[in-house]
Amino acid sequence: MPHIVNDNCRLCLFTDCVEHCPVHCFHADEERTYIDPEVCIDCSACVPACPVQAISEVVDFSEEEERWIELNRSFAQRLPVISDKRSPLPTAEAQREALGFA
Amino acid sequence: MTAETLNVAIVGSGPSGFYAAEALFRDVEDVHVDMYERLPTPFGLVRSGVAPDHPKLKDVTAVYARLMADPRFSFLGNVEVGRDVALASLRDAYDAVILAYGAAGDRRLGIPGQDLAGCHSATGFVGWYNGHPDHRDRAFDLSHETAVVVGQGNVAADVARILLQPAEDLASTDIAAHALDTLRRSRVREVHLVGRRGPTQARFTTKELRGLTTIRGCAVTVDRTVMAEACRLELADKRNPNAAKNIELLDAVAARPDADRRLALRFLLEPEAVIGAARVERMVFRRTRLSGPPFAQRATATEERVAIECGLVFTSIGYRGRPIEGVAFDEERGVVPNENGVVASDDAADPLYVTGWLKRGPTGIIGTNRADSIETVRQMLAHLPGRGRKPPAARRAIHASLPGGAVVDAQGWAQIDEAERAEGIRAGKPREKFVRVADMLDCLGPSA
Ligand SMILES: Cc1cc2nc3c(=O)[nH]c(=O)nc-3n(C[C@H](O)[C@H](O)[C@H](O)COP(=O)(O)OP(=O)(O)OC[C@H]3O[C@@H](n4cnc5c(N)ncnc54)[C@H](O)[C@@H]3O)c2cc1C
Ligand SMILES: NC(=O)c1ccc[n+]([C@@H]2O[C@H](COP(=O)([O-])OP(=O)(O)OC[C@H]3O[C@@H](n4cnc5c(N)ncnc54)[C@H](OP(=O)(O)O)[C@@H]3O)[C@@H](O)[C@H]2O)c1
Repeated sequence: MPHIVNDNCRLCLFTDCVEHCPVHCFHADEERTYIDPEVCIDCSACVPACPVQAISEVVDFSEEEERWIELNRSFAQRLPVISDKRSPLPTAEAQREALGFA
Repeated sequence: MTAETLNVAIVGSGPSGFYAAEALFRDVEDVHVDMYERLPTPFGLVRSGVAPDHPKLKDVTAVYARLMADPRFSFLGNVEVGRDVALASLRDAYDAVILAYGAAGDRRLGIPGQDLAGCHSATGFVGWYNGHPDHRDRAFDLSHETAVVVGQGNVAADVARILLQPAEDLASTDIAAHALDTLRRSRVREVHLVGRRGPTQARFTTKELRGLTTIRGCAVTVDRTVMAEACRLELADKRNPNAAKNIELLDAVAARPDADRRLALRFLLEPEAVIGAARVERMVFRRTRLSGPPFAQRATATEERVAIECGLVFTSIGYRGRPIEGVAFDEERGVVPNENGVVASDDAADPLYVTGWLKRGPTGIIGTNRADSIETVRQMLAHLPGRGRKPPAARRAIHASLPGGAVVDAQGWAQIDEAERAEGIRAGKPREKFVRVADMLDCLGPSA
């Protein structure tokens, strides 16, 4: 089933996920990452790599999940691939704490 | 290639080897990789480990095929390092050597009866149904109704799923023909999947556990265990979402009155002995109690014994690396001892590198190896400035010393791949694997 990045990534952009992706399916802008569902092979290696649990597998296709899939798909289509880890955003540690994953 | 070209040998063509090549290509323009592989076929456990009913994961090989097509890459298949060429010769000839040869051995339980007929290791079974030539001639007698699988990791989940799934559901996968044949005649109807610790500590990823609870026509029963305080703390820890989701899945398992097969998830049972006169008749366990702090809970055996009548046992308690001559080896962990990929206590002026399962131990999925190889290559590149290049003569000598016509290059693999796919079309499968090295080589014809 497809994998998606949610808004936990915003203000963080830790990007550990991209080094764990075997098929280069992550795309990013200056705010967060997105998964291209056409390229992702659903291996789940990125899921535990994210320090703020921004990535999950879609299992029951709820309305909200469908919305995330479409968002990931459309942003992935117009943003460049990211395969190398970047430095997290300056706000990352504070956001991690706010999300309760510190 | 020039006198400046960085020449690297990578030993093993599984995910970790390919991601090491990828990291090198990304950072070094003037580099050449020779990838040595003992089989004529590349891709390691992606070909011989990943279950046949997980076809999407195998699409990862498209990434590796692109790397193989890079002009800076040569594939040297059917060459076993340590047998056909010594590691020491590679180290003399290449500017750097990266060991990525995985962990193909298995861990044994070491209990009485483990050598009885009908008691197998998961490693052999997995290699057999995936058509690995090393395991082609194994025989599995699936004429008994009940099987026990020991261990609760994803490999154990694969084994249980292959045993319980209706064989016709596997017919359109790339499962080896001999295995499909045997599975079609299988009489296994019940599998006990047994862990020495509790459901919170089971190593299944949620994805694979879900796969177990959704096998067509198969009911699932779950041992109810008392949730100890330490387990509650493990589950409450937000950094451990996998266990919480697993428990949620197990709690939701519903009765399936129409099922004709059954998976029993059993917990807190430590293997004590496999019993039988000529072959497996039952397996005996000792009930365990968990103790210790959260995330470090150990199973301690009590005096209570639990027997499961069964005709088959598969032990799935982990893989194990093997040493090759000329490299330090940690027998306990089955890995080459290293620091972030630099082999420990080695020649500091000309270090040796390691990545993948051989570096970390046999855990982690395909993508885990990419991050791992990036780390190893980063270490290697940090050592390079100021070091000279080795002359090409020694590499030429190695290539010349390999048995004439035996080396399978990228083009040879392309021919094997094409032949397997063509045969697959006839059988209604993505591919029909060659399961003997001789057949792979035959398909290349006399000119190869
Ligand atoms: C049964 C099973 C199922 C799995 N399923 C999944 C899954 O569904 N999804 C997932 O993401 N991960 C899965 N994994 C994990 C994944 O396969 C591993 O993480 C990965 O293959 C490890 O890569 P590696 O390169 O370190 O080793 P390997 O893949 O084992 O590659 C090592 C290579 O080295 C070669 N070699 C060995 N000795 C020599 C020698 N002396 N000279 C030359 N070559 C040599 C071997 O033939 C092999 O090709 C599974 C693992 C197993 C065991
Ligand atoms: N679909 C997939 O993504 C997939 C498929 C297959 C494999 N893989 C990956 O490949 C790696 C290897 O998998 P694996 O299943 O071989 O290993 P694993 O996840 O480490 O599981 C090993 C299991 O064996 C048990 N065990 C070890 N020693 C034992 C003993 N002496 N007696 C009884 N039980 C014992 C362990 O229990 P304790 O916890 O108590 O030690 C554990 O349940 C994993 O990282 C796995 O995720 C992934």
